[in-house]
Amino acid sequence: MPERTPAAARSGPDPAVILRVENVERRFGGFTAVDVDHLAIRRGEITALIGPNGAGKTTLFNLLTGFDRPDAGRWTFDGRPLAGVPPHRVARLGMVRTFQLTKVLSRLTVLENMRIAAPGQLGERLWLAPFSLAWGRGEKENTARARALLARFLLDDKRDEPAGSLSGGQRKLLEMARALMVEPRMVMLDEPMAGVNPALKQSLLEHIVSLRDDGVSVLFVEHDMDMVHEISDHVVVMAQGRVIAEGTAREVTKDERVVTAYLGERFGGDLDDAAAAPGAGRGR
Amino acid sequence: MDILTGALRAGFSVDAAYFCLAAIGLNVQFGYAGLINFGQAGFLAVGAYGFAVGSVWLGLPFFTAIGLGLLCSVALGLVLGLPTLRLRADYLAIATIAAAEVLRLFFGAAFQDVFHGRDGISGFSAAFQAANPFHQPFLGYRPADLWVMTVGWGLVVIVSVFVWSIMRGPWGRVLKAIREDEDAVRSLGKNVYAFKMQALAIGGLIGALGGFIVALGQNSVQPDNFSFDLTFIVCTMLVLGGAARIMGPIVGAVAFWACLSLVSGILGALTEGRDPVIPAWLMTADQIGTVRFVLVGVALVVLMIYRPQGIFGDRKEMALHA
Repeated sequence: MPERTPAAARSGPDPAVILRVENVERRFGGFTAVDVDHLAIRRGEITALIGPNGAGKTTLFNLLTGFDRPDAGRWTFDGRPLAGVPPHRVARLGMVRTFQLTKVLSRLTVLENMRIAAPGQLGERLWLAPFSLAWGRGEKENTARARALLARFLLDDKRDEPAGSLSGGQRKLLEMARALMVEPRMVMLDEPMAGVNPALKQSLLEHIVSLRDDGVSVLFVEHDMDMVHEISDHVVVMAQGRVIAEGTAREVTKDERVVTAYLGERFGGDLDDAAAAPGAGRGR
Repeated sequence: MDILTGALRAGFSVDAAYFCLAAIGLNVQFGYAGLINFGQAGFLAVGAYGFAVGSVWLGLPFFTAIGLGLLCSVALGLVLGLPTLRLRADYLAIATIAAAEVLRLFFGAAFQDVFHGRDGISGFSAAFQAANPFHQPFLGYRPADLWVMTVGWGLVVIVSVFVWSIMRGPWGRVLKAIREDEDAVRSLGKNVYAFKMQALAIGGLIGALGGFIVALGQNSVQPDNFSFDLTFIVCTMLVLGGAARIMGPIVGAVAFWACLSLVSGILGALTEGRDPVIPAWLMTADQIGTVRFVLVGVALVVLMIYRPQGIFGDRKEMALHA
C-alpha cells in the first residue's frame, strides 16, 4: 500500500484523483448538514467515509450523485464538473451509488433487477421497444453478463425469484452486483454492511476488495471500525457536516478530534486501544 | 335467459369497447408505470372533441380529424406531465383530477360556436358509417353499432398486442421498475422523467382512441360523456381485471358491463309485476339504475377484501411489496 500525501492530492488536476470536492455546502433551514471544503478520492482505492450518526455522510452521497442539490460548491468526477448534473447522468458517467436502505425492485426477478442496469439498451427507446429484432441480441449479451455477475455474488440460483423474497444480506449483494452492471468506474456504497449477518459480512468485504482489484474505485460509508480497518486504503472522517480528519485507518483512529467526535472527550483513551489491536472491543 | 343474454350483449357493447380502451390506457400509466392518473376521462374528452371539432368546425377529412384528436391527447399528457412528473406521485393525481373536470366544464361552457355547450357536437360520422359493411341487424345489434363495435374491439386487439410488445422488453422493464422504486432506477442511469412522460402520453393516446369510439358510437360528443364517473369506472375495471396484465383491462371491462347488466336484469325481474318479490316500499323499478351501482360497489369491496389482485393478478406478488 503506497504512502498517501493528502496535501499533494488537493492541488491542481491529478490523474490519481477520481473525485474532487470543493466547498460543497448543504443547509436545511438554519442547520448546515454538509460543509466540505476539500475532499479528494483517489482512483483505484477503497476509501471509507466514517463518522457518527448525523455527520452528513449520506447527505454528502446524495449531493455528489445528484439526488440532492447543494446550496454551494463544485465537484468533479474524472475532471468533469458534476454540479447540477441529474442523477441518471451521474450514473451514466460511471459513478454509481447504492442505498443505505436497499432499493431492490421487489416484484421484478433477480435477473430482471440485473438486466435493467445494463447501459445503452436499444430496447429502452420507445420506437424500438416493440421490435425484439432490434434489442434481442443486446438482451442476450446483457443476460450473459448478468448471469456471470450473479454467479460471482452467489445469487445465480435465485435468478428467477422475485427480488422481494431475498434476505437483507442478499439484497445488499444484489444491489452491489446491480451497480456493477452499469459498468462503473467508481461505486459509492452507503452502509453496505448495515443489517447483514456476520457470516455474510465477510463475503461482502471480499466483494468490495474484488471491486478494487477490477480497477473500480470505491467510496463506502460505514460505522463499524473493524470493517474499515480491514479493507480501506484511506479513511475520511466526517463530523457535524465537516471533514475532520483523513489518513489510514490507523492514523485516523489515533486522531484526537476523531475520538472526540465519536465518543466525547472523556472516553479518549479507549479508541487508542482499539486502534492498537483492531478487532478488540471498542468503547465501553 | 333474457337476463343472461342481455348481460353478454352488454359485455361486448360499444360502451364496453370504449371503456376497455380507456382501461388499457390506464393500465400503461398506472398498472405498469405506477402513475396515478385520475383524469382518464379528460384524455377521452380531448380525443373525442379534437376529432369532432376537426370534422365539423374545421371540416377536416376523417383521418386528419382522428390525427388531430390524437395530437390533442398527447398535448394534454405533456401539459399535465411536464410540471408534475418530477414531483411525488400524488401531484399527478391531483392535477389529473382537476384537469379532467376543468376540461368537461370548459367544453360545456366555453366557445359555444365551436363546442355547442352541453348539447355537444354531432353529425360527423357519415363518412365513417358510409364504409359500414354491415346492413342487417345481427344478434340484436343495429348495423351502425355493429360497425363501431367491430372497429372498437379491433382497436382493443391491436392496442393490446402493441402494449404487450413494448412491455415484454427493456422499455417495459424500466416502467415496471419505476413503479417499484424510482430512485433505484435513477441510480442505474435511466432518465425516469422521460420514461414517465412516455407512459403518460401512450396511455393518453389509447384513451383518445376510446374517445373516438364514444363519438362514433353515438354520432355526437357531449361534455357529460366524460364525467368523473367514467374515470372511476375505468379504475374499477382495471383493478377488477388485474393491473399490469395484458388481459386485465379487457376482462375487467367486459366483466364489469356484464355484471352491471346482470344486476339490473335481476333487479328488473324482482321489481316487475303487480306483486313484486321486492316490496315497493323497499325499492321500485325506477330505482334500478342507482341500486345496481350500489350493489356493484359492494361487490367490489368484497372483491378487494378477498381477491385484491383482481382476476388475473398474483396474490404472492402483492405480498412482496415491502
